[in-house]
Amino acid sequence: MMKRLLICTFVMLQTISAQADELIMVRSQQKFPEAMLTLQTSVKEHGYTVTRVQRIDVGLTGMGYHTDKYRVVFVAKPDEMHYLIKKYPLLIPYMPPKVSIFAENGESVLVTANPALFAKMINDEHDKAIFHRWQNDIQEVFDDVRKAD
Amino acid sequence: MVRLFLVIGFLLLTATARAAVDGEELFARHCSACHGSNGNGGVGVPLALPSFINSVDDEYLSKTIRIGRPGRIMPGFVELDDAQVTAITAYLRSWATKPAPARDNTVVKGDVKHGQVLFSSHCAQCHGEKGKGGKGTGVTFSRKRDLPIIAPALNNPGFLAAATDSMIRNTVLHGREGTPMNAASKAGLSKKDVNDLVAYVRSFADAYQKPAYQQSGHQQQISQPTEEDAVIVMESPYSLAETVENVKLAITNQNFTLVRTDFLDHGLVTEGKENKNQVVLHFCNFRFLFDALVIDPRVGMFLPCRVTVVESAGKVSVMAINPLRLSKLFNNDELDEACKHMHEIYTAILEDAVL
Ligand code: HEC
Ligand code: HEC
Repeated sequence: MMKRLLICTFVMLQTISAQADELIMVRSQQKFPEAMLTLQTSVKEHGYTVTRVQRIDVGLTGMGYHTDKYRVVFVAKPDEMHYLIKKYPLLIPYMPPKVSIFAENGESVLVTANPALFAKMINDEHDKAIFHRWQNDIQEVFDDVRKAD
Repeated sequence: MVRLFLVIGFLLLTATARAAVDGEELFARHCSACHGSNGNGGVGVPLALPSFINSVDDEYLSKTIRIGRPGRIMPGFVELDDAQVTAITAYLRSWATKPAPARDNTVVKGDVKHGQVLFSSHCAQCHGEKGKGGKGTGVTFSRKRDLPIIAPALNNPGFLAAATDSMIRNTVLHGREGTPMNAASKAGLSKKDVNDLVAYVRSFADAYQKPAYQQSGHQQQISQPTEEDAVIVMESPYSLAETVENVKLAITNQNFTLVRTDFLDHGLVTEGKENKNQVVLHFCNFRFLFDALVIDPRVGMFLPCRVTVVESAGKVSVMAINPLRLSKLFNNDELDEACKHMHEIYTAILEDAVL
């Protein structure tokens, strides 16, 4: 009977104190539908693909839980994601990267894990740079949504 | 000469204008996501209420920004320089209706034991036992919760480092108008009672237990999976198709609902061209999901739950994110329990599937 827990020898984080940049989070004064559109438009302008939109709120409301709009948007660059998961299969559970977007009091809040966290899971400097580029891109995308009115 | 003065004057003007704008821009960039565009609250507590901002000194604000609230969502902003912290503090101050109070470091003496008794009967219903804070944080308008503003953690090292005894005493004495926090007199508490409460709240500083991952000397063990591992992986002795079926069964056995099965590169490549060797199973338990969102609305990013089955070079493995890693990522101790629970469930599902 084969039941073996593979040991993951990489550590996701060296610095373990609560630091401001592990999550990237912004608020937009746009209402949910507009913020969602701004997000998707900016994602595409930055050369990424929205691979899926998961409607968390619909599932919850369907089960009788009251909640405002809540979606999870899957965002990826096909070539880079394929390249990375082929080389580093342990990244798979975190791919494609996701952005949460939810309504709050007529405004919208966006949050995502900083792609720099994924860079800490691998060693190759060249490949790390890909994640740091993702980080810059997502920061720009989030700024677009934050500043939109 | 006149021209030169004009130029210098202009430079000075733009410089002050920039500094004035900075605080607002920095707040929008670093704080508004949680505290609201106008400081009216969100995942974080409201900051713009005069009853709050009028009653705290600048050092309380700057220390809070620097240290944050470890384990209570607010991160410490270590990367901001002093000028930036000052600019943000000045921006917060713009909501005040009176000048900032001076910092008063006078130690308040009181009876800790009596304070503890009073705390249990008058404060713990909102601030939690031993001041660990209410369920969830801040204000929410999106999901039902116990109070319009969730009471902050008082045993938090960030709070205790930022607050003076006199700030705590004033808050308890006068309450915070416009929030559920009432003045002590409303609850029939005397000034001596208030001092006892301050002494008790201050005593939290000794009792606070850092979560294991924050304790110094905590070393990563290479040979054992720990909460710092990013993923849980198990090898499967079965074929990909069999393993997928096993995972489905295991999900149902854990009382979760299978939401969807698809390929990892769904939406990335044209339909039909997906890599059939990477199968993703999404599953959910709505009660659990809802409870998690009430504690921290940001966790939706990792929900619904997901297990991935991968075949590579003839080997089949089952993998999932390690939920133990998440409470740390979200800087939220309240998620610990939920994450531990999820870790057990993920492990059980994976073990079940490869058994
Ligand atoms: C009905 C709920 C409730 C009760 C009871 C209550 N509080 Fe509060 N308290 C709050 C809320 C909510 C806040 C945050 C107010 C705000 O948003 O500014 C708060 C704020 C505080 C603060 C400031 C914390 C900070 O981070 O700024 C202190 C100190 C405090 N309370 C002490 C007490 C003590 C001591 C008692 C018991 C005598 C008590 N509270 C009873 C709800 C409550
Ligand atoms: C990720 C969310 C988040 C971010 C970002 C954040 N905060 Fe907070 N903040 C909180 C939470 C949550 C609390 C209350 C903690 C509790 O409930 O125990 C808080 C508390 C505070 C308090 C204490 C309020 C009181 O009543 O005593 C101040 C002041 C504050 N934050 C200022 C800021 C400033 C300024 C920034 C930006 C530099 C910022 N915060 C960024 C979540 C956040």
